[in-house]
Amino acid sequence: MATCKYDWPDAGHRELIGKRIERIDGPEKSSGRAKYTYDTNPPGRLIAKLCTCPYAHAKVKSVDISAAQKLPGVKAVLVIQGPGSEIQWAGDEIAAVAAVNEEIAEDAVRLIKVEYEQLPHLVRDADLKKAEALGRTKAAGEATTGDPGKAFQDPDAVVSEGFYGVPVITHCCLESHGNVTEWTDAKTLKTWTSTQNVSGAPGQFGQGLRLKNVQVDDGNIETICQYIGGGFGSKFSPDRWGIEAAQLAKMAGRPVRLMLDRDTELEMAGARPSAYGKIRVAAKKDGTLTAWDSESWGTGGVGPAGHPPLPYVLDIPNRHWKHTAVSANIGGARAWRAPNHPQGCLITMAALDDLAAKLQMDPVDFLLKNVNLAPEVLRKTYTEELQKASELAGWKKNWHPRGDKTAGHIKRGMGVSLHTWGGRGHTSSCNVIVRPDGSVTVRLGSQDLGTGTRTVIAITVAETLGLAVDAIKVEIGDSKYPMDGASGGSTTVGGVTGSTRRGAIDARDELFAAVAPSLGVQPTALEAWKGNIQVKGDSSKSLTWKQACSKLGVKTIQTTGKNPGPCHLGDSGVGGVQIADVSVDTETGQVKMNRIIAAQDCGLVIDVKTAESQVYGALIMGVCYSLFEQQVMDETLGVMLNPNMEFYKLATIGDIGEFEVHMMTGPGYDERGVIGLGEPPVISPGAAISNAVANAIGVRIPTLPLTPDKVLAALEKGAMA
Amino acid sequence: MRRRKDRPQKAGSEKSSLTRRDFLKGAGVTVSGGLLAGSTVANAAPPGPAGGFVGPGAVPITLRVNGKLHKLNLEPRVTLLDALRDRLDTTGSKKVCDRATCGACTVMIDRKPVYACTVLAIEAEGHDITTIEGLAADDKLSPVMAAFVKHDAQQCGFCTPGFVMACTAYLERDHNPTLEEIEKNLGGNICRCGTYRGIRHAVLEAAGVKGGAHGNL
Repeated sequence: MATCKYDWPDAGHRELIGKRIERIDGPEKSSGRAKYTYDTNPPGRLIAKLCTCPYAHAKVKSVDISAAQKLPGVKAVLVIQGPGSEIQWAGDEIAAVAAVNEEIAEDAVRLIKVEYEQLPHLVRDADLKKAEALGRTKAAGEATTGDPGKAFQDPDAVVSEGFYGVPVITHCCLESHGNVTEWTDAKTLKTWTSTQNVSGAPGQFGQGLRLKNVQVDDGNIETICQYIGGGFGSKFSPDRWGIEAAQLAKMAGRPVRLMLDRDTELEMAGARPSAYGKIRVAAKKDGTLTAWDSESWGTGGVGPAGHPPLPYVLDIPNRHWKHTAVSANIGGARAWRAPNHPQGCLITMAALDDLAAKLQMDPVDFLLKNVNLAPEVLRKTYTEELQKASELAGWKKNWHPRGDKTAGHIKRGMGVSLHTWGGRGHTSSCNVIVRPDGSVTVRLGSQDLGTGTRTVIAITVAETLGLAVDAIKVEIGDSKYPMDGASGGSTTVGGVTGSTRRGAIDARDELFAAVAPSLGVQPTALEAWKGNIQVKGDSSKSLTWKQACSKLGVKTIQTTGKNPGPCHLGDSGVGGVQIADVSVDTETGQVKMNRIIAAQDCGLVIDVKTAESQVYGALIMGVCYSLFEQQVMDETLGVMLNPNMEFYKLATIGDIGEFEVHMMTGPGYDERGVIGLGEPPVISPGAAISNAVANAIGVRIPTLPLTPDKVLAALEKGAMA
Repeated sequence: MRRRKDRPQKAGSEKSSLTRRDFLKGAGVTVSGGLLAGSTVANAAPPGPAGGFVGPGAVPITLRVNGKLHKLNLEPRVTLLDALRDRLDTTGSKKVCDRATCGACTVMIDRKPVYACTVLAIEAEGHDITTIEGLAADDKLSPVMAAFVKHDAQQCGFCTPGFVMACTAYLERDHNPTLEEIEKNLGGNICRCGTYRGIRHAVLEAAGVKGGAHGNL
């Protein structure tokens, strides 16, 4: 029974929550009517293009924009990094041009003359010794727990050593980063921004513009983002090019669209840091983990980029980790779905899988044996998920010890991994409006990244008011609406359901107070259920929703709901287990996905349909980074060799295999309340697939992606060993 | 779910053999050769103005988009995609890779799917151009769109119009596809959010392939 005013309804009193409901903006998207930033064409709109640096490391000696300025059709030219600027990666911005159309803008960019002094660069980071020799490394953390030195020397310890790694990948959002900016008068800026942070964007614009001596009050800036074509952690700010677009719009006196070209998008709008690690890990002969030692490194550009959590999830009692940051001349790190977790997961779970193979243990049994090293709150979850995923995968029947011994060149294997994430709801506020005609609007400055934010808001309010989902008008994507946090780190669903639940309960209670006299009861005796306001336990005393709202007379109810707030509506900390099933062609080196099974917890699931889509999407993204994706840098030229979509490879529809997703719900999960889901299921695929390949062919491919050349090289090395 | 063709080939299936990948090859010729002769569209294009040369300055072009004629003054180098999006505000077709890889800009020319980023607007003159806006009236959904909604074959939605166009064009050629054929024929479109599973179900649904429980495609 619900005991606190705002609590989620009990399972028996849920009409919508936990069901499979279609996303409410699906028709807008599938019909092409959804308008994204890139689609915004205010009258008189100019198009801006960037002049970028071709060198990985250089000093700007001179910039001559005079020819570009004279080109007919060019309305504004802005130098971004002028003489004396030190450029740290190829593709960084030197100047921007706004012109009447794309073709003239490109012509003008070609007319800009820039002289550079080239400086030495480092763009590859897999070789730590080389980076150290060039003075491009910095200690990024080290810690020791217990006594790993002693534990490794224990005569009963079985020790496995290995090298594992994940290269830099990019976000490759299909809608590139960018903005459309318009000064509607001298003091007022309107921006359409492809952003994960609608409410925060005006402040970011204001700060950036004032640094460029463009005076504007944050309160006079409005940011709109109704639809966003992918973010994945890379779109928390309007970015320097957003400020530039606003400057160009001011200079030209016309709206300006500045969307990154695909090459610039891949070069500078999102690098997921790499991570490589030399690992030693030890267990007793019965599989009990005893010791861990890791020396890891990676790059997220010239600045720091955090470090992968090692060892991942399992707190092995005696452990030491040390991480080194490599400063490389590539576009800077941006959060990429579950920052640092996929890297930490791959390194840890691959190392544990190799140890299990050495112990001749079934890796699922090995993880079950060590699940007590996971955070206490997740031990039961992992145990149940390992059992569920194994059952769905037919693990007991299909798994074999390392190396498929069957005849032929197609080898099949299975691998397992587990992961965790936080996902507590962010700070959120909303207005819930109930009008005398019965219409209901919920309004907040949130954004829907394709995760289903609009849909979960509608479900939450509809459930609370006893209405159908389509009775709720959801208005998001405008900074003029009540403040909602940025969508990052799986915090949105917990935030928006918390604020809208509280706001809707208060609105409902105001309505109860207005209609109670006409039903001759106290307001507390009423409930909102299936389109009616009725006396609890006596549905004969009932008003339809419309009749009830008409009792408001001329008064409109408007409440404000907030998160965090009273009562337990959400939590933090989820667990997930994944099992991958692959076939490897030992003649071509090609890895084919057969199936991935995912068992995932996220507390109370609001909409099973969009939640499952999140998991399917994460698994497919996982297949992409496990088999195909990597930023390929040319050591000599310092440039990215694949800043395009034909060579920056993503999976297509035929590459992904089949999926089975099991959401952990019901007692033990639901009562935790709502927890975010965007990040967790994208963490394990790399490890699960890498382990499956090792299980198939009998040797480890040390680094992702698991490309045919690496498979063949590992097979050759394995055969010689 | 049936992955392989388990029935005789339909009569006339040869004429529907243009696949997305075949189109990609054609577009590749256009790009690498700097000529138009290799593209599907150019093969059918009418002869240009007298003398065979136009430009480099703007020239009058009339485009028939979703049955409606639009008079434009464009440089010959303007792509069909930029003409649609930036001149006509027909923004359902998205600009993503801008070089015939991802399919987000897919439109139909004379009911054949093409990448609008790799067709010049002037090449499309005299042809029927269908964009996603032309598949369904204002607040209606085409059967393919409705299937995408039902099977949640979309997340951020930026690749979705291109997929809907590619699916629509494909199902006009093959009314009873197997899963393998769907995967082959939609291999020219890329999604970043990972909606391919929903798309498989959506295309099967739109094709009217029941196949019982869809299992775990």
